[in-house]
Amino acid sequence: MPEGSRQRMRINFRKLYSFICFRPIYEPGHAQIGQKGYSRVVYCNDPDHLEAVKLNYRGNYVSTTKYSAANFIPKSLFEQFRRVANIYFLVVACVSFSPLAPYSSLSILAPLIVVIGATMAKEGVEDWRRRKQDIEANNRKVKVYGCNNTFCETNWKKVRVGDIVKVCKDEYFPADLVLLSSSHEGGVCYVETMNLDGETNLKLKHALDVTSHLHDEKFFEEFRAVIKCEDPNEKLYSFIGTLSYDGKEYPLSIQQLLLRGSKLKNTEYVFGCAIFTGHDTKVMQNATHPPSKRSKIEKKMDKIIYLLFSTLVLIAFVGSLFFGIETKKDFSDGKLRRWYLRPDDTTVFYDPKRPSLSAFFHFLTALMLYGYLIPISLYISIEIVKVLQSIFINQDQHMYDEETDKPARARTSNLNEELGQVDIILSDKTGTLTCNSMEFVKCSIAGTAYGRGMTEVERAVTRRRGDAVPESVDGVQGLEGDAVDSGKSVRGFNFRDERIMNGQWVKRCDSKIIQKFFQVLAICHTAIPEENEQSGEIMYEAESPDEAAFLIAAKEIGFKCKRVTQTSISLCELDTENGKMEDRDYERLQVLEFNTSRKRMSVIVRNKEKKLLLLSKGADSVMFGRLSKDGRSFESQTKDHIKKYAEAGLRIMVIAYRELDEEEYKSWEKEFSKAKTSVTAERDELAEKVADKIERNLTLLGATAVEDKLQKGVPECIDTLAQAGIGLWVLTGDKMETAINIGYACSLLREDMKQIVITLDSPDIAASENQGDREAKASLESIRKQIGEGMSQINSTKESDIMYGLIIDGKSLEFSLKKDIDKSFFELATKCNTVICCRSSPKQKALVTRLVKRETGNTTLAIGDGANDVGMLQEADIGVGISGVEGMQAVMASDFAIAQFRFLERLLLVHGHWCYRRIAMMICYFFYKNIAFGFTLFWFEAHASFSGQPAYNDWYMSFYNVFFTSLPVIALGVFDQDVSAPLCVKYPFLYLEGVENILFSWPRILGWMFNGFLTSIIIFSLTTKSMIKQAFRRDGQVVDYEVLGVTMYTCVVWAVNCQMAISINYFTWIHHFFIWGSIAFWYKFLVIYGYLPPEMSTTAYRAFVEECAPSVLYWLVTLLVVICTLLPYFSFRAFQTRFYPMYHDRIQRKQYEGLEAENSDELPRQVRKKRHLRKTLMQRNS
Amino acid sequence: MMSSNTASSSAAVAGSADSAAPRRNSKKPKYSRFTQQELPACKPILTPRWVISAFLLVSVVFIPIGVASLFASRDVVEIVDRYDNDCIPDNTTDKVNYIQTPGDKSCNRSITVPKRMKQPIYVYYQLDNFYQNHRRYVKSRSDAQLRDNSSASDTSSCKPEDTYNGKIIVPCGLIAWSLFNDTYSFSRNSSQLNVNKKDISWKSDREHKFGSDVYPSNFQSNDTVIGGASLNSSIPLSQQEDLIVWMRTAALPTFRKLYGRIEVDLEPNDVISVTLQNNYNTYSFNGKKKLVLSTTSWLGGKNDFLGIAYLTVGGLCFFLALVFTLVYLVKPRRLGDPSYLSWNRNPGGH
Repeated sequence: MPEGSRQRMRINFRKLYSFICFRPIYEPGHAQIGQKGYSRVVYCNDPDHLEAVKLNYRGNYVSTTKYSAANFIPKSLFEQFRRVANIYFLVVACVSFSPLAPYSSLSILAPLIVVIGATMAKEGVEDWRRRKQDIEANNRKVKVYGCNNTFCETNWKKVRVGDIVKVCKDEYFPADLVLLSSSHEGGVCYVETMNLDGETNLKLKHALDVTSHLHDEKFFEEFRAVIKCEDPNEKLYSFIGTLSYDGKEYPLSIQQLLLRGSKLKNTEYVFGCAIFTGHDTKVMQNATHPPSKRSKIEKKMDKIIYLLFSTLVLIAFVGSLFFGIETKKDFSDGKLRRWYLRPDDTTVFYDPKRPSLSAFFHFLTALMLYGYLIPISLYISIEIVKVLQSIFINQDQHMYDEETDKPARARTSNLNEELGQVDIILSDKTGTLTCNSMEFVKCSIAGTAYGRGMTEVERAVTRRRGDAVPESVDGVQGLEGDAVDSGKSVRGFNFRDERIMNGQWVKRCDSKIIQKFFQVLAICHTAIPEENEQSGEIMYEAESPDEAAFLIAAKEIGFKCKRVTQTSISLCELDTENGKMEDRDYERLQVLEFNTSRKRMSVIVRNKEKKLLLLSKGADSVMFGRLSKDGRSFESQTKDHIKKYAEAGLRIMVIAYRELDEEEYKSWEKEFSKAKTSVTAERDELAEKVADKIERNLTLLGATAVEDKLQKGVPECIDTLAQAGIGLWVLTGDKMETAINIGYACSLLREDMKQIVITLDSPDIAASENQGDREAKASLESIRKQIGEGMSQINSTKESDIMYGLIIDGKSLEFSLKKDIDKSFFELATKCNTVICCRSSPKQKALVTRLVKRETGNTTLAIGDGANDVGMLQEADIGVGISGVEGMQAVMASDFAIAQFRFLERLLLVHGHWCYRRIAMMICYFFYKNIAFGFTLFWFEAHASFSGQPAYNDWYMSFYNVFFTSLPVIALGVFDQDVSAPLCVKYPFLYLEGVENILFSWPRILGWMFNGFLTSIIIFSLTTKSMIKQAFRRDGQVVDYEVLGVTMYTCVVWAVNCQMAISINYFTWIHHFFIWGSIAFWYKFLVIYGYLPPEMSTTAYRAFVEECAPSVLYWLVTLLVVICTLLPYFSFRAFQTRFYPMYHDRIQRKQYEGLEAENSDELPRQVRKKRHLRKTLMQRNS
Repeated sequence: MMSSNTASSSAAVAGSADSAAPRRNSKKPKYSRFTQQELPACKPILTPRWVISAFLLVSVVFIPIGVASLFASRDVVEIVDRYDNDCIPDNTTDKVNYIQTPGDKSCNRSITVPKRMKQPIYVYYQLDNFYQNHRRYVKSRSDAQLRDNSSASDTSSCKPEDTYNGKIIVPCGLIAWSLFNDTYSFSRNSSQLNVNKKDISWKSDREHKFGSDVYPSNFQSNDTVIGGASLNSSIPLSQQEDLIVWMRTAALPTFRKLYGRIEVDLEPNDVISVTLQNNYNTYSFNGKKKLVLSTTSWLGGKNDFLGIAYLTVGGLCFFLALVFTLVYLVKPRRLGDPSYLSWNRNPGGH
């Protein structure tokens, strides 16, 4: 588009952005140049300068990997052994080389190596991926000035501090550059900073005047300059430096800094000087590792491990006590008791003369021996399972968004199970609940309302009232109607009214006003039209989506803004006289920019008739006060309409204009330009004041209503989540009315709910505000009172059916979060079903999140899409980023990324529930199987005078955790489903299992542990009772140590695997394969191991083939023991499903019997939720 | 014409490439039953029918097994004769001293056969309170030395019974050193009953664990500390079956070990007189010594426990099946009955 770019080049940006002053000014910081923190010196275009070499700044090579080839082994090992359990196993492995060890050192070392090796391999693969990304980034090409006084392509990593770099359109900046010049006159350029702050709009950067002439390569032969600036830091929005050039010093600010990670847009090329490279760049300085989050289950698991450690120490202590006593008795008064042990000639470990010392050493041995209580493979198994679970989340087709082509992403696998326990969702509004795409749907011109479309909110309200949604008339198909009218549907435009569309507006009696109305829309903006070369269609690049919606609406009605130049705007509009479309130029004299305090924007133009016009649009709150006496002819009707629009959840702008006379303008302009060029700190305020003077006596034209479109399926999703007992808090920057409207739209608020509004927007507060410092006190008092009122309101109603919605604005929130009232605020908030915080800042969002987490102790999930949500996402237990249009910042800070809010339903109710269930089951089972195994060792010990002799062959034991029992439990953790995905969504109350943490409660955990304990007793007592003493085969052979070991071990393997089989809900071939395969593998192992030479197999030599297999008793004992170990759990479950069924039992059986669901009334569930919350809060407070 | 033709065809190609491109580059997860977690699966649910039939199945299987095992156990005739106290002269005060003092310690016992015992009748000795599973004891052996003459010096694990006066002991270690040395001889009606001591050990032990070229040496030559039996140093270890049996350590402190077989039938009321040498010291640790004669069944020796356990479990399961059936019959519950949902159970519960 050479045409377009040249046109844009002509724009005098200084004029256009009248409130932004590019004039370089010295800030206080500039005085510090050269001092501490501001010591960086850059020799522009002279990186080989002697001084520069001496300074030796870091290169542009970037590495984000955790490990390097050299430190991988030690560092990752260190990481591994930060886990308590792993340290224990390491110590055990080291000690196992001493004679203390009850088994061979290799057999304890092997599983440790397998487990640690697997984890390290995982780390390595992850790091390798990061490294590949680094290599890709480091080897990107950029043009650097250097060789033969030209720009030649170089790898990014070779860019040095001081290099002059040429970056072309749509390229990323390789380092932090000081902008010297650009293809645009005046040295401006556009930058997209999406990767830095997530904002999609373009930012304008401006070179210093002295360097802006350097827009050609040839100038750089002579160019030399020195930049002194601050040291590398992480502040993205500030930069202080000076440029010494031609003997003079010029101040540099953030306006001249092009940051690495951002992208050049709409500018052919720029020249810049690299000042921060590699890890010194601001984006890299910002790249702190996000706080690592651990799930509640894992934290609890640590506690269980400590519990097991204590058990371990306890039984080891008991064992050594008995051992000490027994050993002491062996040699007394010169008499040997157990003479066959030669207690008279022994080592210290069995020395009856030093029983306490022997007992101590035995204690160490026992710690090793009973180490099987601690599941060595637990961590790695959980990690494997979680990675596979995240793959399932990533691969879920139901969470894939066609429009944006984005599947769900589990960015961390740590928190999968936490998804199943979410109590409160804190949600952003814009871009999360809504699409952030504005649609022009209605307008009110000259007191007449136009626009027949129906908004989502209206539809929701009608639906709730039980009326049929007249979709065929005005609803979804309205869009199609549009399509018929205008040939195709237009994005951002959902307006349908035959009275003014297709040029019909001319026939209206107030056509003059309609014309002015749309002229204002078409002229009063700061957007830039961009013509698509192929289709010839005009697109608008606007700062806010609202503005684009206005322009599109104006275009569709017949006021097409075609060109924006430095001084003029040309419209293609209808000439009312001759009825032809023609281009008209408006001379744009001034732009009075929009900002949040002004809440309005105006332009001053001179039209073809040389009339001076001030066109203005703004929020209703400020605009109505600025109308002239004559300009209020249809104020009341417009206000009515505005109220209706607001109720329908629309965003409203009031449109007005004023004709100026030449002289008034001239005198005003003088004043205005004086204000603008003043160098005082109050420059902006001054300009604002002056602007205020002319934006008066306006004539009202009408109002626009733009719909902030809800994302697809949001109301339904919120409804389901509410049924699942999850509370939703909306934290938004919008004003209260809009927020409430959106609340209604997405069924957060209902007609039958009582609203408690806490606000400081009252006359008394306003009055006291004016009195200055008394404000805080009065506000605080007011908030306290309002909270108190809300509480008494809730407490006074006895019925539990009434639900409450709390709406609070940002200012009140600020007070409510103060130390002394936050408790009562949260008490109130948790009693309400819905909480909406409007006008909240990003910092407040994070603060609220933290307080919710702390005060309620519940699991919080924050969901948002923009850079302003990052704090909230990181603060919450789980951060979910919407990977929509608003850049990547939120996604980068999130733990899970989804494309649409509605996917949250599946993420939580299906994946969350499953993952929670799986991990909880898995951990319980892990402890079960290890306790079952570990205690058989203890019982055997008790019959071996606690001498530390293991009941089994060393290798049976070391393979226990790794081969015989690990795969089925992983299969459980990966695949188990209590009910299928559609049922999870259909019966959201199933989710309460996670919220109430039923599956991982202490009774359940201890129950499983007890089951393991029971299993060990059953195994040991039944095998010994039925096999010891008498012959176990027809040929009269008796059971010895080897046979008992094999039999008991067989029983253990069968028992734990069958236990798994009966506790599984979902039996795929994989489960069958792993469970029965594990058992089969035990026999195979036994046979193969038994055939190894006796020096290797020791006690397992031919133990199975020759001794056990031919014995009927061996098989009968196995059968008996296995059934007996299963009976307690099976009976318990049979009993439980009959009398106290859990949620999933009910659903399963309901499904099984094919009964219709009872008329599901959602109300009770919410009450339940409230009750639950109240309970926790009461516990906390008491 | 030509040109327009090519144009349209190229456009068509471009078009098809276009339509294929998004599909190819789409990040849409590919469908497979695995990744969508829709693998065919059976979902066992504990329905009443399932529970009851599971219990019934267990009882149906277990009760016959229990009955059969009990019968098998009852078929076995077992004679147990504890002799450690009776074979000490009545006036001995220091039993330990008696047993440690060399001399003839023969002792005569007579056993009456209660029922007909079909050959082979297995002869066991049973020791109580003897910790053959003590770690020090279990570890105190050298498998290499036992198997191979060339590894005779591999005695590091055998201390303190590894060498005597610098000479290597074969077989070394505490287990071998404490070899059981009571002997029994049986006679019926003053005719000798032969005890066959061949093949009382595991075949694999004889063939692979105890070498045929390994001969005892320096065994039990230490007079100061008395151990157990001594070995004939002219017979290789692989034929010293008493040793092989003994070296298979027992699992628990009460154990039986095979002594030999009597290969004639014994009739009821036969009186067997046993002449035994009471040499082994169990007195210092209060161990019992018993002589056991037993026949075997298909299940092995006499032990009612297994049969009783099977019957108990089978009966219990039958009982549970009955209970559950009754519960379902008496109080049938319509599933999905909303009154069972917890939030409806106590509607005004707060």
